[in-house]
Amino acid sequence: MPARPSAPRRLPAVLRTPVGLAGTGLLTLLLTVAVLAPVLWGDAAEAIDTAAMLQGSSADHWAGTDNLGRDLMLRTLVATRLSLVLALAATALAVAVGLLLGTASLLLGARAGRLVTAGVNIAVAFPGLLLALFFAVVFGVGQVGSVLAIGLAGAPAFARLCQTLVAGVASRDYVAAARLAGVGRLRILLRHVLPNVGGPLVVNATIGAGGALLSFAGLSFLGLGVQAPAYDWGRLMQDGLNRIYLDPLAALVPGLAVVVAGLAFNLTGEAVARGFSIDTADGLGGVSLLAGGAVRTRRGRARRDRAAGAAASRTAPGAVAPDPTVADDGASGAGPGGASGAGPDGASGAVLDVADLVVTVPTPGGPVRPVRGVTFRVGRGEAVGVVGESGSGKTLTALAVARLLEAPTTVTARTLRFQGADLLATDLTAAQRTLLDTLLGTELAMVFQDPMSSFNPVRRMGTQLAEGARHHLRLGRRAARERAVDRLRAVRIPDPDRRAGQYPHEFSGGMRQRAMIGLGLMGSPALIVADEPTTALDVTVQRQVLDLLAEVRAQDAVALLLISHDVSVVADVCDRVLVMYAGRVVEDLPAAHLATGARHPYTRALVSAVPHLATDLDRPLTVIPGRPVDPADVPAGCPFAPRCPLADARCRTEDPELVDGVACWHPGERRPAEPAVVVA
Amino acid sequence: MSELRFDDVTVRYGSGRRATTAVDGVRLVVPPGQVVGLVGESGSGKSTLARAAVGLVPVHSGRVLLDGEPVARRRRGPSPVQMVFQDPASSLDPRMTVGESIAEAVPHRTGGGAAALRAEVARLLTLVHLDPDRAGAYPGQLSGGQRQRVAIARALAARPRLVVADEITSALDVSIQGAVLNLVRELQRDLGLTVLFISHNLAVVRYVATQVAVLHHGRVVEQGTTAQVLGEPRHDYTRSLLAAVPAPLTSTEPVSTEPVSTEPASTRSTT
Repeated sequence: MPARPSAPRRLPAVLRTPVGLAGTGLLTLLLTVAVLAPVLWGDAAEAIDTAAMLQGSSADHWAGTDNLGRDLMLRTLVATRLSLVLALAATALAVAVGLLLGTASLLLGARAGRLVTAGVNIAVAFPGLLLALFFAVVFGVGQVGSVLAIGLAGAPAFARLCQTLVAGVASRDYVAAARLAGVGRLRILLRHVLPNVGGPLVVNATIGAGGALLSFAGLSFLGLGVQAPAYDWGRLMQDGLNRIYLDPLAALVPGLAVVVAGLAFNLTGEAVARGFSIDTADGLGGVSLLAGGAVRTRRGRARRDRAAGAAASRTAPGAVAPDPTVADDGASGAGPGGASGAGPDGASGAVLDVADLVVTVPTPGGPVRPVRGVTFRVGRGEAVGVVGESGSGKTLTALAVARLLEAPTTVTARTLRFQGADLLATDLTAAQRTLLDTLLGTELAMVFQDPMSSFNPVRRMGTQLAEGARHHLRLGRRAARERAVDRLRAVRIPDPDRRAGQYPHEFSGGMRQRAMIGLGLMGSPALIVADEPTTALDVTVQRQVLDLLAEVRAQDAVALLLISHDVSVVADVCDRVLVMYAGRVVEDLPAAHLATGARHPYTRALVSAVPHLATDLDRPLTVIPGRPVDPADVPAGCPFAPRCPLADARCRTEDPELVDGVACWHPGERRPAEPAVVVA
Repeated sequence: MSELRFDDVTVRYGSGRRATTAVDGVRLVVPPGQVVGLVGESGSGKSTLARAAVGLVPVHSGRVLLDGEPVARRRRGPSPVQMVFQDPASSLDPRMTVGESIAEAVPHRTGGGAAALRAEVARLLTLVHLDPDRAGAYPGQLSGGQRQRVAIARALAARPRLVVADEITSALDVSIQGAVLNLVRELQRDLGLTVLFISHNLAVVRYVATQVAVLHHGRVVEQGTTAQVLGEPRHDYTRSLLAAVPAPLTSTEPVSTEPVSTEPASTRSTT
């Protein structure tokens, strides 16, 4: 894993983007003018010329002159300093007050904090300009008054943002840990909370400065802000407005200055925001996809949402088995009876045939290939498990097979056939494409890890199940709903008629996962691809879901591709197991051989690393030293060699091919010290 | 090391009619120098009990006592009960080096200056089998397993009398999980650490804990030695939990009959 570059190092890169470049360019220009203009033209802008009063645009006075004959162009340039100083002062005030109010709940404790929060909530409800006008009246007209007015008017919104961000970080475990370590509240705020909310706050302050600038222009324009003889852009606009029909430039030039300054602040804020959002995401966009089923927290898994959403539209579909569009390969003739016969070698019976599957993800550091040539078949009714660690490419393999990877991620393969249909065909007519979609929609079912994010939370379960059936086979509303209820019954959901009218949150985790399987069964699937379907579930619920999958398989000879990090789950359910490491299949073996017949040292290590209810308590658990391969940096030779006890010189230079079910130069060999077999 | 006692502890969330009882009258003792496993499903109240043990969640009724003293009310300094959290990705401040995170938990009164603090951090990192040179690394530069070791080191830095480990391996890859479990056993053995070890994984609990308590709907339904509870479960719920665990990968045809070699590590574990 590359070192996470810190924000300061990232910023220059961000500023090189068009938005960042434009923003910082404008801001630099603005600041230069603010510093230099009063020095260079301060006196000229004050020079009264009674001979040239209220003139329009001319060669001498580009923007014309005012009622005392002063050059408006120069006045606009000179006004830059005052306008910016006032805007920044007001922003600083807003940020300071906002921070104070926003962090109060953390510093004062729950009860006092609640009062402050309530106060801020009320203040936020008033429109900013209204507050500004109110304060302007309270503090009186003039520069100080308007700085106070605009600053205080901006504070509630900032306080609110601050509260939300602080609350988010304050609930993190590292704050709890610091509290347990005896760190005081103020130190927690300064060391843990503020640095982690700084990004969004800085961004908001920048954008807030743009807003303050506009507010000043507004206040001065209304005559509540800067008073003559001082002048800022708003003041100039007000003066120019009276003759806007005669001489539009008098009002437009200061107006333009406001627009340019506003843009400079906002674009810079935007660019900085992007810089921080990259920084706060764990790694870069593309790379986080590589992590696939990586971190198995039992909490949110938002990054799957997109894929799951795509799946829902794709897997929900036809009611009655459609006329198999590509069933000319005799696959459909095999029927349930042919299930057992179709092993890895049963060429014609393969539901899924994958050869040399490669998934490429573009990253800023160049294209990365998290899946590097995966070859396997799934026979009719066969259950194949895929195991491996985070980053082994198992999830991406599943998504590639289901055609759920979208640009910029690319999928290539020598063969990628589902039910005989070429999934990589590009020269399809619209009709053929529809047929392919229907085939995938009705015969390939997908089950994801987190059933909560697989369903649309605001639509009823029955409707969501019925949706695809109506779309693909033009089933009537009632028929589709009946099918949905029937499928919910098939996956053992009690009282399916009532349940179909409920929303996803009314289902328990296990029930949602069963409903997800039911969604896949709306068609007549030939293959269920299940990506860590039980990882988010408790053991007892996991048992139910695994039993359900086994039952579905047995009834309809449905093939199963089960992706899991848990060897014992895979061994429990599957006939055959593919062990993946660094984007390759390193061993392909019958599940029954996992315990004792594994030949790849990685497979053996995986099996003995998992404690089970018969693990020898007197011996330490097997540990695989080192860490999984980073897809962006795959070592030469066998990728497992750096962690392998058997590795020799050849392993470090030559990458073994998958031959006879194992990709290893030392298949089946044991290190003398390696525990022989983990027998109960 | 000390004894942790949950004395009829009830924890409620919310108030009035909408209050839910997460932990309901739990009586549990974690004897000194022992690892007590707490198992149960999500929503059974495991994590709430853990947070109540360290005072992060207020107790509605009952008391959490450490050697007879209430845990929750302390004035300053590190809590005598430290906690290791589930997800090392969120339990370490991403903007602090691991050395800083650990140093923060070292009690100030230990004396010495910056050098002594550095030495202490190095000692703790070595204790959890990390290279002391990694003190300058940010959490983002470490793997999940390494981050969890850092989290354990930070908990130990506070010189705790008891450590609560809340699902510390469930966010980790299987290959890393083993290393962390080995570390927990080793620390318990070498330092005589008292641990409340919470997990939904019975096999993991069986491996590290000497005693087990089963939590169901906020109540302890069964407790006893690990061998007793997992070997001869008396409560229906414990039985259903055990029945749901995937069968161990037992061999039907032993291939190798090599004698088990004696590794240095295994020799140590038997002494």
